[in-house]
Amino acid sequence: MKPAPFRYVAPRSVDETLALLAEHGAEGKILAGGQSLVPLLNMRLARPQVIVDINGIRSLAYIRRKDDHLHVGALTRQRAVEESATVRRQVPLLWEAIRFVGHPQIRTRGTVGGSLAHADPSAELPAVAAALDAELVVRSPSGERALSPGEFFAGYLTTALEPTDLLTEIRFPLLPERTGTAFVEVARRHGDFALVGVAAVVRRSDGTIAEARLAFTGVGPGPVRARGAEGRLAGSAGTSRVFADAAREAAARLDPESEIHATAQYRRDVAATLARRALELAWQRSGGRTR
Amino acid sequence: MPTRWFGERIPRNEDPRLLTGRGMYVDDVRRPGTLHAAFYRSPHAHARILRIATDQAKALPGVVAVVTAQDLPERIRGPLPKLIPHPALVHHKTQVALAGEVVRHVGEPIALVVAESRYIAEDALELIDVEFEVLPAAVDLEAAAKPGAPRVHADMADNIAAHHIQRAGNVEEAFAKAPHVFRERFTMDRGSSSPIETRGVVAEWDPRSHQLTVWDSTQAPIRIRNYLSDLLGLPQANVRVIAPDIGGGFGPKIMMCYPEEISIPWAAMMLERPVKWIEDRREHFVATNHERLQIHDAEIAVDTDGRILGVRTTYLHDCGAYCAYGLTVPIVSGTTLPGPYKIPNYHAEYRAVFANKTQTSPYRGAGRPHGVFVMERLMDRVARELGIDRAEVRRRNFIQPHEFPYDLGGLIYQDGVRLVYDSGNYPEVFRKTMDHIGYADWAAQKARYRREGRRVGLGFAFYVEGTGIGPYEGCRITVEPSGKVYVATSVGTQGQGHYTSFAQIVADALGTDVRDVIVTTGDSGAFGWGTGTFASRAAVVAGNAVALAAGAVRQKTLQVAATLLEARGDDLELAEGKVFVRGVPGRAVMLGQVAAAANPLRGVIPQEWEGPGLEATRYFAPPSGAFAAGCHAALVEVDTETGLIRFLRYVVVHDCGPVINPMILEGQVRGGVAQGIGNAFYEKLVYDEQGQLLTQTFMDYLLPTVAEVPPVEVDHVETPSPLNPLGIKGAGEAGVIPVPALVASALDDALSEEGVRITEMPLSPSRLREILREAQTAPTPA
Repeated sequence: MKPAPFRYVAPRSVDETLALLAEHGAEGKILAGGQSLVPLLNMRLARPQVIVDINGIRSLAYIRRKDDHLHVGALTRQRAVEESATVRRQVPLLWEAIRFVGHPQIRTRGTVGGSLAHADPSAELPAVAAALDAELVVRSPSGERALSPGEFFAGYLTTALEPTDLLTEIRFPLLPERTGTAFVEVARRHGDFALVGVAAVVRRSDGTIAEARLAFTGVGPGPVRARGAEGRLAGSAGTSRVFADAAREAAARLDPESEIHATAQYRRDVAATLARRALELAWQRSGGRTR
Repeated sequence: MPTRWFGERIPRNEDPRLLTGRGMYVDDVRRPGTLHAAFYRSPHAHARILRIATDQAKALPGVVAVVTAQDLPERIRGPLPKLIPHPALVHHKTQVALAGEVVRHVGEPIALVVAESRYIAEDALELIDVEFEVLPAAVDLEAAAKPGAPRVHADMADNIAAHHIQRAGNVEEAFAKAPHVFRERFTMDRGSSSPIETRGVVAEWDPRSHQLTVWDSTQAPIRIRNYLSDLLGLPQANVRVIAPDIGGGFGPKIMMCYPEEISIPWAAMMLERPVKWIEDRREHFVATNHERLQIHDAEIAVDTDGRILGVRTTYLHDCGAYCAYGLTVPIVSGTTLPGPYKIPNYHAEYRAVFANKTQTSPYRGAGRPHGVFVMERLMDRVARELGIDRAEVRRRNFIQPHEFPYDLGGLIYQDGVRLVYDSGNYPEVFRKTMDHIGYADWAAQKARYRREGRRVGLGFAFYVEGTGIGPYEGCRITVEPSGKVYVATSVGTQGQGHYTSFAQIVADALGTDVRDVIVTTGDSGAFGWGTGTFASRAAVVAGNAVALAAGAVRQKTLQVAATLLEARGDDLELAEGKVFVRGVPGRAVMLGQVAAAANPLRGVIPQEWEGPGLEATRYFAPPSGAFAAGCHAALVEVDTETGLIRFLRYVVVHDCGPVINPMILEGQVRGGVAQGIGNAFYEKLVYDEQGQLLTQTFMDYLLPTVAEVPPVEVDHVETPSPLNPLGIKGAGEAGVIPVPALVASALDDALSEEGVRITEMPLSPSRLREILREAQTAPTPA
């Protein structure tokens, strides 16, 4: 398990990185936290000619509030997010979900941008980005653009990123008052990728649901938003029955795959259970009482 | 300083070294000029090799040699040794060092690359071109056992390596007359023992002294030395095999010989340079032996009170592609199954079946988890069917303390000896376990959980474990003039704490501090006779050899000191590193001074000293195994919606006779429980229909972590064995053995409303949900 030969470059700035990516095109590969890439290299499942190590670009690691968004630099370690009081207060869904990413050792190296750019279909952060309608800021030689999760995630381990692109920042919109969020998941072991994970956002207006968002991970090629169920929930009363029905409806539309760890039916069943639990939890956190 | 080290919970002598990163594992062996090896392994489960092209690989800069079967000398080109022959094993097939004609499982080595670095060696593997004719593969165990299945070995009519029956009493008559008979099919699937340290071999050849030194991550260095001597044509004296610190063995590291254990030393001799091969994890999954897959059809006959009249089991054992080790696992399954119960009529019959998968051999538990799973599941079934409390059913069938030695009616154990339990107190072990877990109060507690909407089950399982089998182990103890005591044993150590437990035995005999006793294990150059560390035997067999040698050194110390102190030996005492006249502590001589006096420069050595120095070598050869026992109980909570389980409590009561070091023992037990939990709910090797192993990383083959393993409460009962001077029994495998049976029992209890009956292991959340669904939709079968 030794990687095939590759060239190693360590740019010190975003501009230098973009120049290297432009030079090497599809033969270059960005190394951030390395928690997915290094095993792939060692198993020779990935064999880039050039590794572009961005770990030296300090300016890509930050957590700061700006207007009504929380800006997180792509190279921010997951552990830093977990330990950030700002994240916990401003984007509790991100804070709750990130503790499901691997173990402390993994989160100490792993980065927020790396997880999103790798786009593992069972990863937690893509579902969080989807549920929060985060903006993914991408730099390329031709400039900067901000993508929605729907634009960014393009399928199994695939994103809209071109070989010459660098994900630089993720902007999480701050949620209004009386909004609750929840992230729940089932994994084979503590720290494993999710068999099923659900991110829920519920905004309350007295006893009714003003708005709800539901995003799944582990049940499709990428994060899956349950738009149908979300539409049904908006304007409904926040009752157990409503949440359970919406969860079942959302799960019924999923088309997960069977693999060695779980059957498709298991994933669908558990998706319904977790969606219900996540919605109820988010509702309670919005200040609502469940009836 | 305690007056007696034996039984003390003292920290381990080896821990300061190991915990500060100063261990010496095979990969830490760095010899000047070392070359690095990698293997081209079969990508197919079954194929004929038509052509191997290595020219491109040989041409890669940094590559020193590329070796295929045809390059090997004749004496190591054929099938490697057969380990433990058995009359029933009519097709004792073994692997070859490098496959040249046919490959029979994914991962079988075909070519060896030796290069200046492992990186280059792996680059070269990609340049090797092998043309295969892919053959049909036998993968599924039941399918492989049927006539007409693809044959793993073309010279056999089918895939049946062995068909073996053991009987006691008259089982047919017992079943014919029994008022109740219950049948069930039980499956336990394949697993990997997954030591932290994979296998590894470093070999160095000195062409001037004709000395071959091999560092090998093995559990049996002395036997590897013997085989290497034979296969490479060297005197045993010219081969030294060292098993340095070993990061876990668990059984699969005793397989004389793995292909790499031959080809690497040979390559070092041929190239006259040290060669290192460290198995990577992906190789380990396909190239190091597996275990566990057996399918048991079992039935139990009982009277109306739940007393056992007979048990019958017919089972298939999965050998994988070869069967080098022999039949230990299925034999141990069949002879462990009766456990603590009186079973007057018994029939165990198995077929050992070849399949195009990695070979199997004993892995911690070694067939015992299967036997215990079958028996304990049957006992729970009897209780349920007859409406008798499951603890009471067991009490009615226990062998009683006064019935030892207890003969199992003519069964033959894995050591070839008639199966007779030496000692035990099963009702007491059981009572203690039930007390700890609170069984008397369980029905009310379960109802309370249920009212809270929680599904919690209480599970327990009892086992008897044959430990400490022969043939023998040995020990040499030397006191140096410094007063330090050097102990060389024949067994290797893979983390069991021998550097401490053996030292405790010696320190008691010689009255020294345990830290002044330095133990060497696993070096054929330090002690050349022995068998190896397996079958929960090192403490029993080597430990008693240590005790015998320590006793002999003590005797001699008294003889020599008597002369120095002008006193009678009977009047002397050994304590605090000194020998002194009882009641006159001032009349003393240091142990080191006695050692110096025993090796004089001039003068006469009295005949009764049996030679110079405070030194003795002793061997211990037990007549048969000592039988340990234990019971585990746990509370397991199930989330029926997700299929996840959680242990709320876990209790172990264990009887391995007098305990040398409770801390070490409890560590052994807890580690075993962790592995057992893996076997029950996480670890499963999955093959596809073509014989490709789908679980080749730790992302897919799931070891339980500290987050999945609960705190384990351990208590002891001490029933000494009459079969050895220390009265001890082995404990290495105890923790793992009953866990699958226990988890099944807890799940049955938690899901009793649905009528769930667990008959397979391992489970997963997904599989548990399926079983729950099936139970809810199907009527309970008869």
